[in-house]
Amino acid sequence: MTTPKSEFLAGIKAEIPITLGVLPFGLIYGVLAIAAGLPPLLAIASSSIVFAGSAQFIGAQLIGASTPGLVIWLTTFIVNLRHMLYSTSLAPHTKHLSRPWKWLLAYLLTDEAYVVTALHYQNKGVPETYKHYFWTGSGITLWITWQLSTAAGVFFGTQVPASWSLDFTLALTFIGMVVPLCHERPNLAAALAAGIVAILTFGWPYRLGLMAAALSGIIAGILVEKYRYRKLS
Amino acid sequence: MNLWLIIIGMGVITYVIRLSMIVVSGQIQISDNIQRALRYVPPAVLSAIIVPEMLQPGGTLDISLGNERLLAGLIAIAVAWFTKNLLWTVTIGMISLWILQTIT
Repeated sequence: MTTPKSEFLAGIKAEIPITLGVLPFGLIYGVLAIAAGLPPLLAIASSSIVFAGSAQFIGAQLIGASTPGLVIWLTTFIVNLRHMLYSTSLAPHTKHLSRPWKWLLAYLLTDEAYVVTALHYQNKGVPETYKHYFWTGSGITLWITWQLSTAAGVFFGTQVPASWSLDFTLALTFIGMVVPLCHERPNLAAALAAGIVAILTFGWPYRLGLMAAALSGIIAGILVEKYRYRKLS
Repeated sequence: MNLWLIIIGMGVITYVIRLSMIVVSGQIQISDNIQRALRYVPPAVLSAIIVPEMLQPGGTLDISLGNERLLAGLIAIAVAWFTKNLLWTVTIGMISLWILQTIT
C-alpha cells in the first residue's frame, strides 16, 4: 500500500545512488568557489540560496573573472531555463497541492531530483495523492548531499588535487541516468539529437546552446515516436 | 556589485524559473501533446550536458584517442547500457579515467 511515508522513503532510495556522483562534484564546487574569491560563508550559503550545481559552477567562474553581475544573472537565467521544462512537466501533478507544498517542491526541483521523480511519475500505478512525498524525499536527499559536499569542499578542498578529475563524476552520473533510457528508440533519438546540437552550438554566448540542444532533442523524440518504432532490445 | 547580491539574485532567478509552471498549475491546462513531448526532457537535457563534457573537456572540440574523458565516457556508456546500474557506471567510468590519465 502506498502511504506518505512509503513514497518519501522510495524517493530517498531512488536518489541515493545519484548522490555518489554528486558528492565529489559538490566537493569540487567548494574548491572552485574559494579559488574564485567567494568568502567561505558565501560559498556555503550559495548552495542553499541557489541550489543549482551547474549554475553555481558557472557563476563562480564568472565571479572569478570579475564578470558584471547582470551578465552573471543573464547566464544563470539561460543555464537554468531547462528547469522551466521540468516545472512544466511536473506541474500537472501538483494541482491538488497547497501553496506551501508548491513552494517547497519548486525549491527542490533540481536535475537529479527531477529525473528520478519524472520517471517515478510515469508509472501509472502511483496514486496522485501521495506522489509529492516521493519528490520531497528525493529532493531533500539531494539537498543534504549538496550542502555537506560543498561545505566539505570549502573546508578541506585544497587537499583534493585537480588531477583526480572529480568534476567528471557528475557527467558519469548523468550517463548512468540517460543511457538506460536509450533502450527506447525515441529516447535514443532525443539524446543523440541533443548531443549533436550541443556540440554544434557550443560557441554560442551565455550557454544558449544548452536550450537549443534540449529543444532539438525533444523534437527528435517526438518525430521518432510518431513513426512508432518498437523497442530496441 | 556586492557578491552576496549577485548570489541572491542567482537564487531568485533559479527559484522563479522552477516555480513558474508549478504555481499556475491549478489555473492552466497543459495539453496532452505538450505533456507527451516533455517526456523527452530527461534524455535531451542530460545528453546536452554530457556530450560537451566528453568531447570538449578544455573548451575546444577534441575527438582523438588523447581525450581521456571521451574514452572514459564511452566506457561508462557501455557499462550503463548493459548493466543499467548507476553505481557501476560511475565507478568504472572514474577508474577508467584515472587509468587512462596515468598511461597517457
